[in-house]
Amino acid sequence: MRALDIEGLDVDLGGRPVLRDIDLTLDRGQLVGLLGPNGAGKTTLLRAILALTRTRAGRVLVEGKPSRPGRSGIGYVPQRHEFTWDFPISVEQAAMSGRTGRMGLLRRPGVTDWRAVGDALDRVQLTELRRRPVGELSGGQRQRVLVARALALAPRILLLDEPFTGLDMPTQELLGQLFTSLAAEDHAVLMTTHDLVAAVDTCTRLVLLNGRIIADGHPADLQDAELWTRTFGVSETSPLLKLVRAT
Amino acid sequence: MSITDFLADLLNPDLAFLPKALAIAIMSSIVCGVVGCYVVLRGMAFIGDAVAHAVFPGIAVAFVLQGSLVLGGAVAGVATALLIAIFAQNRRVKEDSIIGVFLVGAFALGIVIISQAPGYAGSLQQFLFGSITGIPDRDLYVVGGAGLVILGLVLALHKEFVAVCLDREMSRAMGLPVFWLDIVLYVLVTLAVVISLQTIGTILVLALLITPAAAARLLTDRLGVMMLLAPMIGGTSATVGLYLSWSYDTPVGGTIVLVATTVFLTAWLLAPRHGLLTKRWRRASGQEPHDLTRPPPLPDLAHPQDPSPAVR
Repeated sequence: MRALDIEGLDVDLGGRPVLRDIDLTLDRGQLVGLLGPNGAGKTTLLRAILALTRTRAGRVLVEGKPSRPGRSGIGYVPQRHEFTWDFPISVEQAAMSGRTGRMGLLRRPGVTDWRAVGDALDRVQLTELRRRPVGELSGGQRQRVLVARALALAPRILLLDEPFTGLDMPTQELLGQLFTSLAAEDHAVLMTTHDLVAAVDTCTRLVLLNGRIIADGHPADLQDAELWTRTFGVSETSPLLKLVRAT
Repeated sequence: MSITDFLADLLNPDLAFLPKALAIAIMSSIVCGVVGCYVVLRGMAFIGDAVAHAVFPGIAVAFVLQGSLVLGGAVAGVATALLIAIFAQNRRVKEDSIIGVFLVGAFALGIVIISQAPGYAGSLQQFLFGSITGIPDRDLYVVGGAGLVILGLVLALHKEFVAVCLDREMSRAMGLPVFWLDIVLYVLVTLAVVISLQTIGTILVLALLITPAAAARLLTDRLGVMMLLAPMIGGTSATVGLYLSWSYDTPVGGTIVLVATTVFLTAWLLAPRHGLLTKRWRRASGQEPHDLTRPPPLPDLAHPQDPSPAVR
């Protein structure tokens, strides 16, 4: 069964077309980079997968079933600025907040919940910092907190929104390794980015998006300059294309 | 006046209004302190202000009709909170502008209504600045009951409120009813404000909501501790404020707020980790909270040390 199966998806926002005719599948074990310029609809596509935005046409199947917020086995890692980092909360409590929906009303975290959080923190190696207030963490550590929060649900599918943005190269490399090994541990991982170098370096498959899917394949198969000029709306002489040829 | 004299006055049957005022002031500042933690952490101080003003038309109607002021205020405040929540769904006008519109609109409505009541000037001042006299016994039970309901709801929904404060997008993805949680929180803020109006008054009630919680935030990085400290600071400020107000014949609302403000300023200067002076002293003596000179070793994220069921 496909982890994710999107067919003929159209999404409008505020009456304007944002996504058109999206066909995309994702299997467990894959690490897929979703590339596109600002406004290409990357985040909107993730939100459509999570059933957080109304779709105009098409369907999104998660493990064979229509996606429902909180019911599908999806771990979501939103952009870092969505999180209130000055909130007085520790790393482990932040990770535990990812299980709020699953615990249900009037329930407090039990043994299962703490075990899941402990495992998630182990996986991103934040166990030593688990009691530290989230406000005192570096950018890379914060990104790992968000990944741990998603992993606390033991998801089979991970959606990451711009995990590399604003991080330095060593931290990007570190996170790239984490995502690669999560895919190797049989997760289906889909991440948006506009960081070409990190994406080409990390992902085994790239999807170029700009309202529509322009291309979908292994980085080595996406050498055609025209695909990139169409996706990013840049000219033939753009430094971006030099980068594509170099990789 | 000495503390003993104050205690004697509290027990004096001729001054029965005094212990009642103290009880209401303490109860409302405890409730405001707890609810205020969410208000401070979510940056919704302006909503608190709006609700405080929005209860005014309800109180004015209750005054004209000789009904319960607490009830009238609650109805108007909740109605305004709902209107703000609904109108804020339209993204074209930002939430703070919507709040501004309803805040002033409701207050204006209150002024027009109360001007229709004969002899309104004295009562107006009472609404605006609070008063310790003339609290009916009934209000004591209303405030106590409402306070327990508010604290009960906070206890029941704390986990959800925290999740929404932390990350709305993630909360939606988890399937939490974010809109309804917002509404419940708005209503709780409204009720906390309404039960505090008697002693503090509409203009100053915001201080009871914000100041103790903000001071508590300066003193701790742990939410649980903050939500215990804030009501303690509020309750102490109410008691000390009422004592000073009674001793020196100053307006009770203003005095309570000034005491709370003093606590906040003290915390700002002397908080153990984040205080202005504390930081300076620590720097002077060469102690840093963490060793920042040595970068932490980079972990090896590619290889889980202990493969766990969560990721298998």
